[in-house]
Amino acid sequence: MKLSYRALLGATVSLALAGSALAQTTITVATVNNGDMIRMQGLMDDFNAKHPDITVEWVTLEENVLRQNVTTDIATGGGQYDVLTIGTYEVPIWGKQGWLASLNDLPADYDVDDILPAIRGGLTVDGNLYAAPFYGESSMVMYRTDLMEAAGLTMPDAPTWADIEKAAAAMTNKDAEIYGVCLRGKAGWGENMAFLTAMSNSFGARWFDEAWNPQFDSPEWKATLDFYLNLMNNYGPPGASNNGFNENLTLFNQGKCGMWIDATVAASFVTGKDSTVADKVGFALAPDNGLGKRGNWLWAWSLAIPASSQKQEAAKTFINWATNKDYLALVASKEGWANVPPGTRTSLYENPEYQKVPFAKMTLDSINSADPTKPTVQPVPYVGVQFVAIPEFAGVATTVGEIFSAALAGQSTADEALAAAQAAVAEEMKAAGYIQ
Amino acid sequence: MARAVSPRRMILTTLAAWTVALIIFFPVLWMILTSFKTEASAVASPPELLGASWTLENYVEVWARSDYPRFFWNSVVIAVGSTLLGLVIAIPSAWAMAFVPGKRTKDLLMWMLSTKMMPAVAVMVPIYLLFLQFGLLDTRIGLVLVLMLMNLPILIWMLYTYFKEIPAEILEAARMDGASLWNEILYVLTPMAIPGIASTMLLNIILAWNEAFWTIVLTTTKAAPLSAFIASFSAPQGLFYAKLSAASAMAILPILILGWFSQKQLVRGLTFGAVK
Repeated sequence: MKLSYRALLGATVSLALAGSALAQTTITVATVNNGDMIRMQGLMDDFNAKHPDITVEWVTLEENVLRQNVTTDIATGGGQYDVLTIGTYEVPIWGKQGWLASLNDLPADYDVDDILPAIRGGLTVDGNLYAAPFYGESSMVMYRTDLMEAAGLTMPDAPTWADIEKAAAAMTNKDAEIYGVCLRGKAGWGENMAFLTAMSNSFGARWFDEAWNPQFDSPEWKATLDFYLNLMNNYGPPGASNNGFNENLTLFNQGKCGMWIDATVAASFVTGKDSTVADKVGFALAPDNGLGKRGNWLWAWSLAIPASSQKQEAAKTFINWATNKDYLALVASKEGWANVPPGTRTSLYENPEYQKVPFAKMTLDSINSADPTKPTVQPVPYVGVQFVAIPEFAGVATTVGEIFSAALAGQSTADEALAAAQAAVAEEMKAAGYIQ
Repeated sequence: MARAVSPRRMILTTLAAWTVALIIFFPVLWMILTSFKTEASAVASPPELLGASWTLENYVEVWARSDYPRFFWNSVVIAVGSTLLGLVIAIPSAWAMAFVPGKRTKDLLMWMLSTKMMPAVAVMVPIYLLFLQFGLLDTRIGLVLVLMLMNLPILIWMLYTYFKEIPAEILEAARMDGASLWNEILYVLTPMAIPGIASTMLLNIILAWNEAFWTIVLTTTKAAPLSAFIASFSAPQGLFYAKLSAASAMAILPILILGWFSQKQLVRGLTFGAVK
């Protein structure tokens, strides 16, 4: 009798343990190393309390490594990842290929209509939302208010490229190591080509015409590159062809740049504790040339579910938690409104507390002024503001980025660089079958 | 008798040796120095040394943001495991090639080495599919296997070179005394080749420790070693050099210490057979 009690007790405990083990779902989230993502990892207690049946494991990788690993995993149906952190470049391509699970069935209280239209447009393919934005960004002008004042100039809220050139000339003092303007020069599709492609939109240039013919031999691209090279050669810092986001951030924070046109996410850095000019920074929209398009880009780091994931329900629960309005309120309560992931929801910009953040309005205006479906003045066959959402773009844009970076370093003229870019892109597009 | 060396010549050769050593070590030294700088100091142009702002903050942040002991343990298991498994296969193979060579032994050796010339990415998808099929993705045993296979040609080549230096007559004498094949390899050959085996082992551990393609492609969370740990400190906004350097310093420190303490053995083994 004693034995049967023991056996019964043992069986009950085993069943209970087995039951809890069965209910526990572990999901793997692949992510990039940025401040907002790291902050989210620190706030996981909230998720764990609300969803004790889901365990989240993180894989943090360098952006290109993450892209390579995730691509391999999805293409082979590996199912190693349940949630991916991907950008607006991948979403249209991967969504079209059926690699991502649709997020159309997120619960009603997620309020998908609250997502900023420009961002939502970039994450939607054929009516299906394939990723939920975690933070969104555009680009804008960050400038030194004290240097502008000393030069007797005022920066308009919506400057033209002529305004930028005028201000750069007035602020440059090479003897004091102050350079009028700092722009990206380091080669890479996400480095100098992100900036130059966005800038070219405001000059009316485009990567391809409607029949996918490269357009680097157009007068618009010539005007773009001539202007960029003149601006940087006359008023930029030395060695600018090696400068990317991080290098320019350091220069600006050290007080060596009059203006810096780059990601809106930089606003919190240049006004943060590491900046020597934190209280002397003003913000303006990215410049235009009077053609109806500004030189700003649009990017969102977003969370998506690979179609190969076996745990899509748990993954959706996590995405819902990480990108809904409650999460923004949670960050605000713990870290303050200035640290809330920006650029994703309309309601955030309607919040009176968030409106007090100095760069909030300019970030929203910048995001709203970018349209990934109509990025430039003339019609184009592609989606994307500072990129072209086709798989071949990353490779070919890096090649063009190297050509333009070499031109900035003085190794070739603008005309030579444009001719080389035209030839390189035409060859790639022929090889890929877009053109004959 | 050793040739007499003049003091002047001695000073010159010592200076030359130090210069070459410093040039080789400089990137590592610079990385370690950078790991103690602030981010602004790390990317300052011209590079800062004396005037740099020094801090331990990078190490504190890197430690706080990741589970270093787990990555470290995975590295140890993968590097040591793949080396030991490789030796178990390589010692008999090298014995056969050195003492019982066939007509095609040289060709076989060259063919084995030629597999090292193929870029790893060329076989990434087939290997990934095999791992997927056999449930080896994100497992330490999977990485032990792949790194063992990757370094096996080097192991066999190095051991083959050492074994060739051992007089075959000694092994023959052991056989005459009635030693079995197993006893011959274990009790006669292995003790004589200890310096060679040790240096091969150390070199293989270093190669496996530093491997950063398969270890990143084939792991996610459970089996990720220190190479994946370093990769996780690269940010989309650019490289934050100070933190990246701190993570790299933490990753290479164990292998640097191992190399430092075993340098005599390593050099002895690597020059084994160089002078007859």
